Amino acid sequence: MNDYLNVTGRIFDIQRYSIHDGAGIRTIVFLKGCALRCRWCCNPESQEFAIETMMVNGKPRTIGRDVTVKEVMETVGRDMPYYGRSGGGLTLSGGESLLQPEFAAALLRAAKDMGISTAIESMGYAEFEVIKTILPYLDTYLMDIKHMRPDKHREFTGKENTRMLDNARKIAESRMCELVIRVPVIPGFNDTEQEIQEIAAFADSLPGVDKIHLLPYHRYGESKYEGLNRPYPMGDAAMLPEEKMESFREMVERNTALICKIGG
Amino acid sequence: MNTYYAVPIDPTDRIRRLVEHLYAKMPEIEAARAELITESYKETEGQPIMMRRALAFAHILEKIPIIIRPEELIVGSSTIAPRGCQTYPEFSYEWLEAEFDTVEHRAADPFYISEDTKNRLKEANRYWKGKTTSELASSYMAPETLRAMEHNFFTPGNYFYNGVGHITVQYYKVLEIGFSGIIKEAQAELEACSFGDENYAKKHTFLEAVILSCKAVIGYANRYAELAEKMASEEGNPARKQELSLIAEICRKVPENGAESFQEACQSFWFVQQLLQLESSGHSISPGRFDQYMYPYYEKDLNSGRITREYAQELIDCIWVKLNDLNKCRDEVSAEGFAGYSLFQNLIVGGQTVDGKDATNDLSFMCISASKHVFLPQPSLSIRVWNRSPKDLMMHAADLTRTGIGLPAYYNDEIIIPALVHRGLTLEDARDYNIIGCVEPQKSGKTEGWHDAAFFNMCRPLEMVFTNGYDRGVPASIQTGNVEDFQTFDEFYDAYKKQMNYNISLLVNADNAIDMAHMTLCPLPFESCMVDDCMKRGLSVQEGGAVYNFTGPQGFGIANVADSLYTVKKLVYEEKKITAHELKKALEMNFGQGFDAITAREVALQAADELRAAGKEVTPEIISMVVQNVLTMELPAAEKARYEEIRDMIDALPKFGNDIDEVDMLARDAAYTYTKPLETFKNPRGGIFQAGLYPVSANVPLGAQTGATPDGRLAHTPVADGVSPSSGKDTNGPTAACNSVARLDHAIASNGTLFNMKMHPTAMAGEKGLESFVSLIQGYFDQKGMHMQFNVVDRNTLLDAQKHPEKYSGLVVRVAGYSALFTTLSKSLQDDIIRRTEQAANR
Repeated sequence: MNDYLNVTGRIFDIQRYSIHDGAGIRTIVFLKGCALRCRWCCNPESQEFAIETMMVNGKPRTIGRDVTVKEVMETVGRDMPYYGRSGGGLTLSGGESLLQPEFAAALLRAAKDMGISTAIESMGYAEFEVIKTILPYLDTYLMDIKHMRPDKHREFTGKENTRMLDNARKIAESRMCELVIRVPVIPGFNDTEQEIQEIAAFADSLPGVDKIHLLPYHRYGESKYEGLNRPYPMGDAAMLPEEKMESFREMVERNTALICKIGG
Repeated sequence: MNTYYAVPIDPTDRIRRLVEHLYAKMPEIEAARAELITESYKETEGQPIMMRRALAFAHILEKIPIIIRPEELIVGSSTIAPRGCQTYPEFSYEWLEAEFDTVEHRAADPFYISEDTKNRLKEANRYWKGKTTSELASSYMAPETLRAMEHNFFTPGNYFYNGVGHITVQYYKVLEIGFSGIIKEAQAELEACSFGDENYAKKHTFLEAVILSCKAVIGYANRYAELAEKMASEEGNPARKQELSLIAEICRKVPENGAESFQEACQSFWFVQQLLQLESSGHSISPGRFDQYMYPYYEKDLNSGRITREYAQELIDCIWVKLNDLNKCRDEVSAEGFAGYSLFQNLIVGGQTVDGKDATNDLSFMCISASKHVFLPQPSLSIRVWNRSPKDLMMHAADLTRTGIGLPAYYNDEIIIPALVHRGLTLEDARDYNIIGCVEPQKSGKTEGWHDAAFFNMCRPLEMVFTNGYDRGVPASIQTGNVEDFQTFDEFYDAYKKQMNYNISLLVNADNAIDMAHMTLCPLPFESCMVDDCMKRGLSVQEGGAVYNFTGPQGFGIANVADSLYTVKKLVYEEKKITAHELKKALEMNFGQGFDAITAREVALQAADELRAAGKEVTPEIISMVVQNVLTMELPAAEKARYEEIRDMIDALPKFGNDIDEVDMLARDAAYTYTKPLETFKNPRGGIFQAGLYPVSANVPLGAQTGATPDGRLAHTPVADGVSPSSGKDTNGPTAACNSVARLDHAIASNGTLFNMKMHPTAMAGEKGLESFVSLIQGYFDQKGMHMQFNVVDRNTLLDAQKHPEKYSGLVVRVAGYSALFTTLSKSLQDDIIRRTEQAANR
């Protein structure tokens, strides 16, 4: 009974009182390990599954620990009064949570058992059969779609996008959760009207999808690369001006039926 | 469903100019009241004290200079200079004479005082030698109590040096029937007295004093009517001329008679508020549920088309300015404890009606807007929150919090009402509660709560466990045995409880002595005529005339005591990593971190005592030599290293404020060591003691009198604030801190608890930021927390947080798409956030 509470997985952080990432007050559990290597990634410590050491403000910090679902939920459950008042809940982030599918599904299931609403931030990089195992326990899927063209996607993230786009449609068609499309807007990668419009048109074609979020590139992850002794792949790329983001937003709302928001 | 008008109304230019005028100069001390009360007292010697108080009050109101400031709509000033203050020599005066030459330049709350005023006050004060409440109170106290005060276990300075204040009277009654109506009630009571009544003398005198006081107030209002008429006749600007004529008309009518219009109600309210403070020197005279008792007048005028919402808002804003016109000079030490010229006139909006329905109305919103308009510390604006508080009101309040003004404070009906019922209030009275001063709940017009009766430093008895009752080389408390001899944590904890119980009994001794002194020398007939059941009983509030009587001294330092007990439990008794003796030495030596001059002296005195105990002679020369040695002393490297190692072990332990059950439950229990013994004591007015857990700002000056504590806190640094976690020890974010604090038993601390939280404006940005903020408060309140207030920090605080991250580890900022703890971010990111704050400020 309740064996799933003993499933273990690897996380690198639990962040409480997250208020700018999905509905209400949320607790974000960051799972370690990612299939992609996006150049703009602001959580480079999430990429390797292996436990590693990162320098933070001159002090070494161990990144990654193995925990059971029960242990995670012990923390997540502590903020139930605030989820209830705000409409918030648990969000799984990463990394790519789907690389630890049993753990991710067990976390979401445990949350639902406790009456906590659930969300996942994911690129959908897995077999759809795997995704199907988490859908029964999921309220909101926040899915990253970074680019529509496979070659450019591969160049900047290390993987092609075919499977992810395919999964997006299957998730939408399943109608088992709310699907929100999120687009990181990255200078030199997809920051043109055409590229953003292509993604928006795809999102608009998904059944039941009515929300799209544009996430402006930021450099807040830069110091972590330093802490991991890795070069920052974005060089000195500048952040995008607010007006440019706003013009993308207006364009998306003009050309599609989607509600478009800047930021999570 | 409750209906209300929630759209914010803009401030007028008049309000901006009134504020500018008020703050143009440093506040000034004036001598008029001191001279007038002295004149009156000299003439009334031998009469009953109640009559003497009324006669003196009448004399002051008849003669004190009056002024109408430019553009005022609501009039009545206790001093000619804006934000000036009068003095109250009947309570105490010596401290002020001692500070005549420094009061203008001191750090906290300076006041200008002219040479002329100094001379006039010196002359008046001569009369008061041996006649003050503070002198009488001292003579009533046990020698042990005086010793405990000298050793800073507690300070009842507030009422020791000043009037009590801390009351909410029946404003509604004055608005309804005016003082002529109250005089009629008093006359009816007089007529009901029989010659043979056992309390005839007392009751008769009291009621006569009430009538005299009410007539004096009517006369005072008429002086303002005359002044306004005179100014109107000389005024060239026709608009202002009309305003002054209206003021004159209103002051002729109220507060003598019941108010009919909203403006009359505002003026009537103001005279009561102002004159309560002129009768005694008490602070925290709290308007209470202003949005409730003013509403009928507003509603009537609005429905009849007599006023616009805009004009009503302007009148409220004018009252807000006037609340900042009143001022009070405290002694230097108390000024630090109450820093910010605050009079703590607590005004509360929202909550429930007596029959348990939501009480929100238009005025609830307008009061919040008024604080935003004037942007001044008074009134201490509060909001009552319950399970069905409208989201509109919460968001309006949160929007004010976001400005960084530190207002409003949020209070939880769902815990306060049951807590008050437990103290014997009827359900209706409990539902009608308001807040006095900082955080103290009570029922208006029926309660003498003696809130804020003393500050009790819970860390000092803990020090006594380690020193076996010695302080600065002399016995200062009871002896509970050598700390080295305790075999278990329970033995240690028992010793702490004994030290607490002993010092709590001395605290009670001090408060009751002061209570007796006020009862004997300073009964207040004017205040008492607006508190039930004074007139029926024929007793003033000070003599036990109120329906509900309490004494509420506040303990503080819970977080330090909890973390300290946890240290002792874990490191000394469970894991045995350090011995009690080592910990004692580490505390004595301030964890090897060196000493300032004050501590050096304390250490020297302790050493001197040890020398004496060993039978050696100790001279002042030897002591000063030891002080020098301590100041320049280099500890042996190994010893210093061991103390630092001990402090590192302590730092690594879990701390209160991080949502860790074991530590939090110890904190809950530690709070009981103060709250439970206290409620077994009674006061001379027939009520009981009830604990509060809050420090005002006394945690800083009183922390300076506290040595190092086993939670790793260094000597003379601030102790924790209210029920909040120790500064910088809450590292798991706001929800974790809320959960920890909610684990304390707030209901038993029915004199109020105070939870301070730091937020950065970016964490409250946008609609989502505000909504989450509101949910955070509600989530804390759902777990039976009592009070919350927020320090929304500015750029300078962030700069300080970079320099001293240890003090700010709970500080939440919004980063990119998320909020994070500021001190966990990289330096460059921190810089970026600071730059963004600067931009936000420039906008």
